[in-house]
Amino acid sequence: MSHTIHEDLQKKDSKIKKTKILQALEKLESEDLSYSFTDALNNEMVLNMGPQHPATHGVLRLLISLDGETVVNCVPELGYLHRGYEKLAESSTYHEFIPHTDRLDYLSPMANNVGYALAVEKLIGLEIPERGKYIRVLIAELARIQSHLLAIGALVMDIGAVTPFLWAIREREKILDMYDIICGARFTTSYTRIGGVAQDVPDEALAGIKVFIDDFISNLNDIRNIVERNKIFIERCEGIGHLSKEDSIELGLTGPLLRACGVERDIRVAEPYLVYDKLDFRIPVYPDGDCLARYYVRAEELVESVKIIQQCLEKIPKGPHNALQSKKVLPKKERVYTKMEELIHDFMIINFGVNPPKAESYSAIEASKGELGFYFISDGSGHPYRLKIRSPSFSNLQALAPMMKNCMISDTVVIIGSVDPVMGEADK
Amino acid sequence: MTKERLDILKSKLQGYITETDDITGTPGFYIDKEKIIEACKILKEDPDLNFNSLVDAVSVDRFRKKERFEMIYNIISIESNERVFVKIRLESKNPEMQSLSQVWKSADWYEREAYDMMGINFLNHPDLRRMYMPENYEYHPLRKDFPLMGIPGSIPLPNK
Repeated sequence: MSHTIHEDLQKKDSKIKKTKILQALEKLESEDLSYSFTDALNNEMVLNMGPQHPATHGVLRLLISLDGETVVNCVPELGYLHRGYEKLAESSTYHEFIPHTDRLDYLSPMANNVGYALAVEKLIGLEIPERGKYIRVLIAELARIQSHLLAIGALVMDIGAVTPFLWAIREREKILDMYDIICGARFTTSYTRIGGVAQDVPDEALAGIKVFIDDFISNLNDIRNIVERNKIFIERCEGIGHLSKEDSIELGLTGPLLRACGVERDIRVAEPYLVYDKLDFRIPVYPDGDCLARYYVRAEELVESVKIIQQCLEKIPKGPHNALQSKKVLPKKERVYTKMEELIHDFMIINFGVNPPKAESYSAIEASKGELGFYFISDGSGHPYRLKIRSPSFSNLQALAPMMKNCMISDTVVIIGSVDPVMGEADK
Repeated sequence: MTKERLDILKSKLQGYITETDDITGTPGFYIDKEKIIEACKILKEDPDLNFNSLVDAVSVDRFRKKERFEMIYNIISIESNERVFVKIRLESKNPEMQSLSQVWKSADWYEREAYDMMGINFLNHPDLRRMYMPENYEYHPLRKDFPLMGIPGSIPLPNK
């Protein structure tokens, strides 16, 4: 633009004496500055979002290049919560690693405990009694409710509504109180053991879960009514962060993200574990592939989880909760203190581990975020030779860049909220 | 996977499979690393097989003289609900192979993780950078010769 002013003025009256402005313009040109007004609008800006940003739900860092307010490209950077769990697993026994699994997806620790215990049992070839299986389904579904409540609450809060978040947290607190009764910890549960669970679920907890479940649907509907009829929420979610069905498969997505793209895959049905094949539930699938579809998938999964828990409470049998394999399953503490045989087994399991056969195994569960898998390589000793954790958040985050392409900068928080990543799991 | 389906898969991949394996009930095969891209294209694009989603990649350090490293790819078919593991043996010195991100897009990050943790080099990878560790880090922590406590001084700490 500067150049054209210069030329116009020269054309108009070439005899005119050089004014101060012209002299200044000439000076600018001679210094060869490429600055012009049109350039200023085309200027691409790189925005560094995170790792300390409230909308990234942890320590996710995004490098976003912007054209005005439109996102041109997005590069997620991981590793701010990397603790080297796969390396730690190689030097700890199979039992010692259970507390670490709490810290993977710290929003649903019970599901991780269940996934890990199932993977080790598959490697050993151990079958647990019916009651143990029902307890595990029960706590895994509570974990799903716990995680989805926070996912929905945080997504809505990122858009600007604080009330549903507080209501979701209120419900979540009740689940944490149940965990407190079941295993003595609200957050870092470490409840499962190889071949069962740490202790039987007391009747008090089952009664408490029943009370919670009976109220939950109406409380959930309160949240859903205030959210789903909100014009701002719908307009900020509909059509945002779109991903096609083909892309979602190509990117290896699992869990609610995949089902929100119209692919019906749930490991609870595809590769049934525990007693899911005996329970009646539906897999919510939405074909739209946008943030709103992801919200609806999660909201409906909550209803399905409630159905599963109700069936579990009805069907849960009496009997032992731990497998009867004294060389692999930790004995009860009071028996360790009074019985010689149990003391020996306890000593051997704690000091030398469960020693699975020389084999490789992979076992996955449908955690709240998607496929949570554990690939074990055993060399026959008490600790795994190699443990690979297939964490759903890690592969779901890979879809962030395609989702964010050509969206507005204000939509980035909505997209992150709808992906619902947990960095403890993505960074391992 | 049923036996008939497994036979179909084996016949389609004839000439590529060097050895079969069993991952506690799930089929796995070793494929020669020179032919890996062609074999994986058949796995993905053949209408009978249609293994369209790569969900994980495991890097292993077997810690032996010959063929120390190994990559294990975890591939599922969503339509027929089947899972296979494709394994590739890599040499001890300078382990490298063609990147499977040429076939499945999702291999991108899984291979970056393997490159970071195990030091496996992937050819034709779109963006081979470290996944978790800082870019100037020299070691590969999941190798068996890397000490559990880490190497003191390998990560510079911020000045006080």
